Amino acid sequence: MMPGPRKVACVEIGRIAIALATSDDAFLDLLRERYEGFLSSSPPEFELEFDLTSTRSASDDDVRVRREPDAWVLERGDFRARWDPTTGRGTVRQNANPYSLDSVLRILHSLILAERGGFLLHAASAICDGRAYLFSGVSGAGKTTMTRLAPANVTLLTDEISYLRPGAGGYSAFGTPFAGELARAGENCSAPVSALFFLEQGPENKVDELSSAEAVRRLMRNILFFAEDYTLVEKLFATACDFVDTVSVRRLTFYPDARVWDEIRNFQGVPQHA
Amino acid sequence: MPENCIYIARSSAIAARALAGEMMVMNSADSTFFTLNEVATAIFQAADGHTPLRDIVRDRVCEQFDVDPEQAQADAEQFVTELSSHGILLVSNQPLATETP
Repeated sequence: MMPGPRKVACVEIGRIAIALATSDDAFLDLLRERYEGFLSSSPPEFELEFDLTSTRSASDDDVRVRREPDAWVLERGDFRARWDPTTGRGTVRQNANPYSLDSVLRILHSLILAERGGFLLHAASAICDGRAYLFSGVSGAGKTTMTRLAPANVTLLTDEISYLRPGAGGYSAFGTPFAGELARAGENCSAPVSALFFLEQGPENKVDELSSAEAVRRLMRNILFFAEDYTLVEKLFATACDFVDTVSVRRLTFYPDARVWDEIRNFQGVPQHA
Repeated sequence: MPENCIYIARSSAIAARALAGEMMVMNSADSTFFTLNEVATAIFQAADGHTPLRDIVRDRVCEQFDVDPEQAQADAEQFVTELSSHGILLVSNQPLATETP
């Protein structure tokens, strides 16, 4: 049977628009539903063409991302993608599983951001009084809890994967559709980052300083990056140092009730070096 | 290896940056991360591949820090051994080509 005509959904995250092309109507519907708040009519900078298969639906295998002479190759048990950063075009072979799709998109954004001085961070983020706050930590540290405790006037950007890009005078955090336990996509908006908190739960709310080295170490540990590429890893390290130089990074010990947001609202931080 | 003919050079597979008075070094191959104190930083920065470690300790460590020369040499050798085991420093009994720009 001949494939149907090619159709495109353009998904824009962090002001980076990627066209997702498929000839499968059901998959197109899935794309449009999953990324509903992030669909865009902007001209796409990049394009991925999907070749759907009936292979395994999900995978716990480790992802491998390696650079070949003409393309990045992204592989896991449930998908295989090639993306040429020069042309901006790539192909993805996977089944219609949305989790594979999320993974491919996250990896692609991590590669694009690394070149542009940004990064994806394993962190929840939210906008409060026009400023973005990031909450990072190991699984169970309280990222989703922080978003659940947020007052109604706080805008959720993500409870799982934060999207950071440099801009004039600092970094901005953008909403992402990548949801964690909350199972809810973030809002498609952005704000300048005021602080990054590494979370720990405790009997009371308190904010502690971290040394620059400790801040960079924790940041590097939580940046999502998959590529086996020295040059980009070095670039990410420089980005992490710049972030710590620019943004307040603290340890937030919190008791899980709504009062922790008073602590955040009242936080007057300065970057580590100041 | 006699201590007076140890040469050290920084690996090309590392990234280093001074931030707020601390030198942070990362091995790009496995993302292991180190923070160097002032003395270690002085040795690391002087690791040009052709200055013997003994001279680095004498000129960069003993000159700048209040340390016992023998103890400084022993500490430097221990530090070099540790960083070389993580691929941060290259060690040889002959001068090394500098890998870092």
